[in-house]
Amino acid sequence: MKPEIITGAEIVIRSLQEESVKFVFGYPGGAVLNIYDAIFKQTQFKHVLVRHEQAAVHAADAFSRATGKVGVALVTSGPGATNAVTGIATAFMDSIPMVVISGQVPTHAIGQDAFQECDTVGITRPCVKHNFLVKDINNIASTIKKAFYLAATGRPGPVLVDIPKDITAEEAEYIYPKSISMRSYNPIIKGHTGQINKAIELLVNAKKPMVYSGGGVVLGDASESLTNFVNELGFPVTSTLMGLGGFPASDNKFQGMLGMHGTYQANMAMQECDVLLAVGARFDDRVIGNPDNFLAKPKKIIHIDIDPASISKRVKIDIPIVGDVKSVLEEFILTYKDIKKTHDKSIASDWLEQIKKWADKDCMAYKDDGSQIKPQRVIQMLHKVTNGDAFVTSDVGQHQMWAAQYYAFDKPRRWINSGGLGTMGVGLPYAMGCQLAFPDSQVACVTGEASIQMCIQELSTCKQFNLPVKIINLNNRYMGMVRQWQEFFYGNRYAESYMDALPDFVKLAESYGHVGMKIEKSSDIEPALKEAFSPKLKERLVFMDFITDQSENVFPMIASGKGLSEMILAEDL
Amino acid sequence: MRHIISLLMENEAGALSRVSGLFSARGYNIESLTVAPTEDSTLSRMTIITSGSDEVIEQIIKQLNKLIDVVRVLDLNDGKYIERELMLVKVKVSVQYQDEMKRISDIFRGRIIDVSDNTFTIELTGATSKLDAYIDSLDSDSIIETVRTGASGIGRGDRILKI
Repeated sequence: MKPEIITGAEIVIRSLQEESVKFVFGYPGGAVLNIYDAIFKQTQFKHVLVRHEQAAVHAADAFSRATGKVGVALVTSGPGATNAVTGIATAFMDSIPMVVISGQVPTHAIGQDAFQECDTVGITRPCVKHNFLVKDINNIASTIKKAFYLAATGRPGPVLVDIPKDITAEEAEYIYPKSISMRSYNPIIKGHTGQINKAIELLVNAKKPMVYSGGGVVLGDASESLTNFVNELGFPVTSTLMGLGGFPASDNKFQGMLGMHGTYQANMAMQECDVLLAVGARFDDRVIGNPDNFLAKPKKIIHIDIDPASISKRVKIDIPIVGDVKSVLEEFILTYKDIKKTHDKSIASDWLEQIKKWADKDCMAYKDDGSQIKPQRVIQMLHKVTNGDAFVTSDVGQHQMWAAQYYAFDKPRRWINSGGLGTMGVGLPYAMGCQLAFPDSQVACVTGEASIQMCIQELSTCKQFNLPVKIINLNNRYMGMVRQWQEFFYGNRYAESYMDALPDFVKLAESYGHVGMKIEKSSDIEPALKEAFSPKLKERLVFMDFITDQSENVFPMIASGKGLSEMILAEDL
Repeated sequence: MRHIISLLMENEAGALSRVSGLFSARGYNIESLTVAPTEDSTLSRMTIITSGSDEVIEQIIKQLNKLIDVVRVLDLNDGKYIERELMLVKVKVSVQYQDEMKRISDIFRGRIIDVSDNTFTIELTGATSKLDAYIDSLDSDSIIETVRTGASGIGRGDRILKI
């Protein structure tokens, strides 16, 4: 059979269909008009029109975080591409598989400072896993194939494909490659057997073992394997912000999140352990603080990661294991079973007692006399009302930390936030991506009055696509985390961290055709949430504006550059 | 410590900027960087001279390997290697010093490739340290211009960087 002759724009569409894409998040413009015309003529995937390109990329990113599939965004040249950069960098920092297609000015105009021209490949180079400028129509299909392959394999990440307008109008034979192989790219999947044996031996002889689980466990769909392995050994587990849900929070082996706002017991156990198993985590500054302080207490570290460059980057690793975390953990389970009989679990019993003592400090307790709305209480109530089973997205700041600390996540891919880049404004577009992926599930966007205003225009998209997201706005009239740092480290000088001239969020939501609620009393938290998540409002977006205690801070806290054991606790103040 | 890193990469547009961008983004040193296609026109070979602690060099090698266009990376300092750099130097030489200039250049096996009324242009090849030594041996006031290619390196004997 002779291949069909179709336009470049149609090749783009057919390639996306070939990759089983269900949603494309985008915004049209001059350079992508041919592609939009081809979208108009197809029905296989749905195009979601956002109100700002940044939101298109965030929504595609969230779709990927929630489903594990590659998210797709489509933007025009110049400002379309530059608006997308924040979204791309956000996905890059959290290793989210995504393909972004950007229009470019016609090939003959490249370099002429043409209207809406920018060097998209150059601008995005440091924040993509890889990018391509396609200059020949015959390369469109194979490049898109490569883009999906690169985005989803190895350590995942966003891949950008920049396509000049003229080649989307040309015609060529359409052949979509069945498979791809690249001599320069061969990610390692299987862990080294010798290293695995050494790791297991170290673990079973540990007197003070600790498991530190990261975002790689969620991204690598290794949650079940990790849980099985930890259940075999009975070791305590902590998780990074990105790894929450990778191990069930309701399991008594779970010590809570670690790091800058981690629990006392998790941070102390990280510091004091003798053998540490790090799984899909990268020892970043917000997690272990100062590396010298972290290593002051000698410990042997085993690190499983798909990215060799993540190993021994900030902390020297004793047993590195490069490979897919799921595959390696399954090998761990098999290897452990062989020597299970010789494992004397009692050697770690003092350690488990010690961790219990640390946990008894109850570092997450907060004072609540009912006179004001405590943000922590709102999150706990949200957990109760949604049975702990909602997709929870967040923006960035205090509310993000409270959501992470108090919504005990039992399942992976339920906690959707910007961990690495810390991008304010992601919450609402993230909720859109989740709700489109799971139309029948509860999706809560936990945000603050500062963050929500960074992508507030997406309330319009939610109206157009009937996305019944529930927005939990923890409104303390401050950029709370900035204010917290200014309180602790800048002598209470609250430079530009207040939110003046706030809109009436209820009216704002209503003006977009949504439901608005203002909640000012602590006793109203639960009834309001129950109403918002009730069958009556199942089809509606509800914007809940919680007027919270302005002075509340996130505890525990480790100051920047300090060590894990140098926590500030609420009780210390 | 100074390291010579050799790599093979896809001969694609933008490949060079991926490498140079990596070094600037992560704050690694580059003393010199040379690149040209190999006998296989789909591949380019690059030699990078850099310096850093063992940990930094290990990260540089890993980060280079992580670049999608990079096919192979070799730290030449891990074994025996040969290093060569080409330099062209234009010097002021009045007639009475021409013989002396020629003698010094001969000692370093330099070749005079252009002569004018009051200048010599000398071509010199060797390890970077040898070129430095030659420059040091000249009166700095006499040097008009120097052009250096940056070092290229290759492993000795059986040490081969090829796909």
